[in-house]
Amino acid sequence: MRELMTLRVNGERHEVAVVAHHTLLEVLREDLGLTGTKHGCELGECGACTVLIDGVPMLACLTLPVEVQDCEITTIEGLERNGKLHPLQETFAELGAAQCGYCTPGMLLSGVALLRSNPHPSREEMKEFLAGNLCRCTGYTKIYEAVEAAGRRMSEEDAPSPDPRPEAGVTRG
Amino acid sequence: MGKRQSPKEKEHKLNIIGSPLPKVDAYSKVTGRALYADDIMLPRMAYAKLLRSPHPHAHILSIDIRQAQALPGVLAVLIGEDLPRKFGILPSSQDEYALAIDTVRYVGDPVAAVAALDPDTLEKALKLIEVEYEVLPALMSIDDALAHPDVKIHDETRIGNIHKAVSYEFGDMETGFAAADYVREDWFYYEGNTHAPIEEHACVAQWEPNPSDPVGGKLTLWSSTQTPHYVHRELSKVLNLPRSHVRVIAPNVGGGFGGKSDPFSHEICVSELARRTARPIKLTCTREEVFLTHRGRHPVKMWIKTGVKQDGTLTAMHFRSFLDGGAYGSYGIATTYYTGALQTVTYKLPCYKFEGMRLFTNKPPCGPKRGHGTTQPRYAVEVHMDKIAHDLGIDPVELRRRNLIEPYSRTVNGLRITSCALDECLEQVAGRAGWNEFQAAQRAGAIDRADAAQIGHTEVDPVKRGMGIAASSYICGAGKPIYWNDMPHSAVQIRLDRGGGVTVYCGATDIGQGSTSILAYIVAEELGIAPEHIHLETADTALTPVDLGSYSSRVTFMAGNAAIAAARKLKEQLFTVAAERLNVPQERLEAAHDVIYDGDDPGVTLPFELAVQLAEARFGALVASGSYAPPEGIHGDYKGAGVGPSPAYSYSTCVAQVAVDTETGELVVEKLWLAHDIGQSINPLLAAGQVEGGGYMGYGEAVMEQQIFRKGRHKIPSLLDYKLATTLDTPEIETILIEIPDREGPFGGKEAGQGPLNPVIPAIANAIYNAVGVRIDEVPITSDKLYRALKNVAQGKGTGLPVAPIEFTAPWPTRLITWQPPEEDIMQDDGTAGKTPVKGGR
Repeated sequence: MRELMTLRVNGERHEVAVVAHHTLLEVLREDLGLTGTKHGCELGECGACTVLIDGVPMLACLTLPVEVQDCEITTIEGLERNGKLHPLQETFAELGAAQCGYCTPGMLLSGVALLRSNPHPSREEMKEFLAGNLCRCTGYTKIYEAVEAAGRRMSEEDAPSPDPRPEAGVTRG
Repeated sequence: MGKRQSPKEKEHKLNIIGSPLPKVDAYSKVTGRALYADDIMLPRMAYAKLLRSPHPHAHILSIDIRQAQALPGVLAVLIGEDLPRKFGILPSSQDEYALAIDTVRYVGDPVAAVAALDPDTLEKALKLIEVEYEVLPALMSIDDALAHPDVKIHDETRIGNIHKAVSYEFGDMETGFAAADYVREDWFYYEGNTHAPIEEHACVAQWEPNPSDPVGGKLTLWSSTQTPHYVHRELSKVLNLPRSHVRVIAPNVGGGFGGKSDPFSHEICVSELARRTARPIKLTCTREEVFLTHRGRHPVKMWIKTGVKQDGTLTAMHFRSFLDGGAYGSYGIATTYYTGALQTVTYKLPCYKFEGMRLFTNKPPCGPKRGHGTTQPRYAVEVHMDKIAHDLGIDPVELRRRNLIEPYSRTVNGLRITSCALDECLEQVAGRAGWNEFQAAQRAGAIDRADAAQIGHTEVDPVKRGMGIAASSYICGAGKPIYWNDMPHSAVQIRLDRGGGVTVYCGATDIGQGSTSILAYIVAEELGIAPEHIHLETADTALTPVDLGSYSSRVTFMAGNAAIAAARKLKEQLFTVAAERLNVPQERLEAAHDVIYDGDDPGVTLPFELAVQLAEARFGALVASGSYAPPEGIHGDYKGAGVGPSPAYSYSTCVAQVAVDTETGELVVEKLWLAHDIGQSINPLLAAGQVEGGGYMGYGEAVMEQQIFRKGRHKIPSLLDYKLATTLDTPEIETILIEIPDREGPFGGKEAGQGPLNPVIPAIANAIYNAVGVRIDEVPITSDKLYRALKNVAQGKGTGLPVAPIEFTAPWPTRLITWQPPEEDIMQDDGTAGKTPVKGGR
C-alpha cells in the first residue's frame, strides 16, 4: 500500500509514493537516495539516523513520513550549500572527529542543532546534548573539540578576522 | 625489508609525517558522501535475509521451504545442503557451514537464506519456512562445557568440548619458584563482550553471467569486512569458484574492532543467491543479528601464580586460561595462544609456564576484539601485580619499573623485542596524573579513601577516590600470516601519471582507523608531494595487491613499509633524471613541496610533474611495487611459536582516577591518562584518536558492557540494554604520545589501534581498590557487584568478590612443550638483533 505524499527535504520538494509503514529513514535512503543518513539499529538506540525536523534533531528510524509532511527536513546532504560546508563539517574533518564516519552524519546534525541554540556550549552542555548519538570510535574527545572550534569559527565568520586553523589537542611526550 | 634510518635521513626534515592533517576521506565522511556497503544500490537489486536457529543446540530433523518458495516476490531459498563445503578463518578450524547442516549450535546459527524483491516479502517468507528441531542440552559456560563432556557440540573434538589445549614451559620453573621470597596465586574472570560497531554488517553481491566461460560468470561482493583477502579465499572455496572469478571489495567500513574479520555466512549466502538469481542481492544485518554474528571478546577464566623476590623482582609465572569459545572455531586457536603468548613482553620473566584451553559452548562464536586474546590476561596480570605490590609494600609504579622488559632484547619464550619505551610511558603517565602527589595526599588523609572500618558508617562522606595504574604491550602485526607461506603480508603498487597524479593501490582496509590516509602520507613524504595529488585504490581484490587485512594492528607497520619500498623505487627513477637535468649529484637531491631540489642549494629545483615526464620518457610507464614481510628469527623454534611474534611491540600505560560511593556502589571513572609508545606518529591527530578510542572502549569493557545469556539466548542484544558508553559516561581521556622511533617501523612508527585499550581495564580495577579497598576480580565491574563486595567487606567477609576457581585436577589435556632460550641470545643494541633464526630448545 503506497500513499503519495510531499516531503520537503533540504529545501527541495519531493513527491513520493511511500509505503505507509516505512519509516522516514527508509524513505530517505531507499526512495530519495539520501544515503548519508545512516542506520545502526532501527530502534531509536544509536542516533546514527538523526535528522533535523524544523531544526530539531529527531531519529528518522522512529519517524513516519506522514508525521512530517509539513516540516522542513534536513539531512547531512543539506548541511552544505553548493559545496560550501558548514563550519562544524570543516572542524570535524580538520580535528579528526570522524573516524569510521558512520555516526558522523547524525552526530553533525545534533551538533549543528546544539550550536544554533548555544554557540559556545560548555563540555557539560555538549555531553548532555549529544548523549543520544553513540560513537564507537573516537571516545568523543575530538567531537567536543570540533564543536568548540566550530563555535569559534561561526562567531568569527560574523567578525572580519579569518579563523586560524585550530590546534589539535594532542600531547606529545 | 626493514627500514633503517641513515644519518642523512635523520637530518631530513619530515614535511608530512608527524603533521596533524585531515584524513584523506574526512570530507567524504562529513558530507555523507562516503558509501558504506548498505548504501550501495544497484539496478534490479533484490534483498536477502537469513533464518536463524531459535535453539542454542538442536538437531535439524527437517526443513520445508516449499511455501516460502511459492510466495510471490520470493526469488530463491537456500538451505545447508546447497552450500555443503565447510569454511572458517583459520585453516585448522574449518568447522562452519554457511547454513547449518544437521545441527544448530547457538541461537542465531543460520539455517536458511531467502532472496526476495523487497524486505517486506522477506519477512513473510522466513515465517513460511518450517524447521523441525530435536532440542539438545545446551552448554552455556566454561564450567558447563567442562562438566558435560558427554554433550558433544562438535564431533571432531578429541576430549569432551575442548577445542584446543596448549601447554608450554619456558626456562626452569622449579628454579624460578625456588628463588622467590613470596608466591601469590589469584583467579580472575573476564566476562567477554562485543564490538558493537555502529555500522551493522552488510553486503551486496553481483553475478555477471558469461555463458562462454565454463565457470559461468564472475562474482563481485561489496562487504563491510576488515579482511577482503580472506573473504575472497573462503568465498572461492565454498562457492567452488576459481579465485580469478571472485572479486571482493570493502567499501567504507563503519567500524570493525575485530568484529568484521571473519568470513561470514551472510557473505556466502548472498553471493550464492546472486549467482542463482543473476541479479544483485543485498543483505544488511539487524542490530540483534550483529550481536549474534559478533565474534567478540572471549569470556576467559584465568589463574596466575607468580613468584617474586622481596625487592619485587619477578622470578617465575605460571598462567592458566580457560576460554569460552562459543559454538565455532573462528580465530579461537590463535586467541588461545594469545592469552598466554605476550605475558613475557611487558615484564622480564626468567621462566614462564602457560596452559590454555578453549571450550566450545552453545553461544555465538567468539573471536578477535581489539586486543585479541591479550586484553583478558593483561587485566589479570596487572591486577595480580597490583596485589603483589601491596603485599610487598612497594609502590605499584615502582614494582613495574623494577621488572620492565629491555629494549632490543629477547623474551624467555623467544620473542624478539625491538624498541620499548615502557619506562617513559610509566614516567609520563604517572607524572601527568600526579601519581606521587595523589599517593602522598592519601597518606596524609587529604584524599578521602575508605578502609573496611569506615564502610557503612553514615557520618563520613560515602564517596571515596582512588588512583590505579597498569601497563601493557601489543603486537604491531602478527609475525605469521594465517596461511603460512613465503609471500608478502602487504604490498603496495604506485603508478605515476605524466600529469603529476599519483595512484596508490593497496589491499589495506580502512575501518576508520585511517589506514588509507597513512598510505597517502607516507607516499607523499617519500615523493615530496602534497597528499592531495594522490588517488587511492584500496581493499579490492581485483585491483589491489594483497594486504592481509585490518587485524592484529598490522596495517601502518606493514603496508607503511611496503609503501615506502614502492615509493623509493620511483624516487630513484625521478632522481636519476632530475640529477641530469639539474646537473646536481643524485645524492644531494631532496624532494618536498612538489619539487625535487638540490639539498645544498634549494633554489635549484625541478617540478615534480616535469620530473615524472622526463622519467617516463626515459624509463617508460612509471609503475613500482613494494612489499613487506616480517623478518625471520623473531620467535623461538618450538611448535606454536608462530603466535606472539611481531616485527615490533607497542607499549601503553594508563592511570585511572575513580570515585566510588561506598553506600550505593556507584562508580564514576573521573579521568584516564594514557601514555602510548607509538615509535613515531605518522599523524598525531589520528594516533591520539586511536588512543582515545581505545581508552573509551576499555572504559566500557571495564564498567558496563555485559554479555549475559539467559535460557540459551543473549539477554540484551540491543544498544539500549547492552550499555555502550555515551558522552555522559565517558571519562576525560588525556593522551600522551611517546615518540622514540622503532628501527623497523615506517618512519619509526608503531601501532596505536589496539594496544592502548589493554591497560585501561586493570587501571580502573586497581583504582577501585585504591579508593575503597575492595577487589572485584571479575570484569565488568558493575555497581551491583561493587555494592555486594562493599557489603561483604563491611560485614568482615573477605576483601571483595572472589572468583570461583575451576577445579581442573586432570593433567592438562595436551603434550607439554618445554623450551629453553639459547644462552648466547643476548641482543646487541646495534640494530642487527633478530636477523638470524634462533636456535635452542630441547
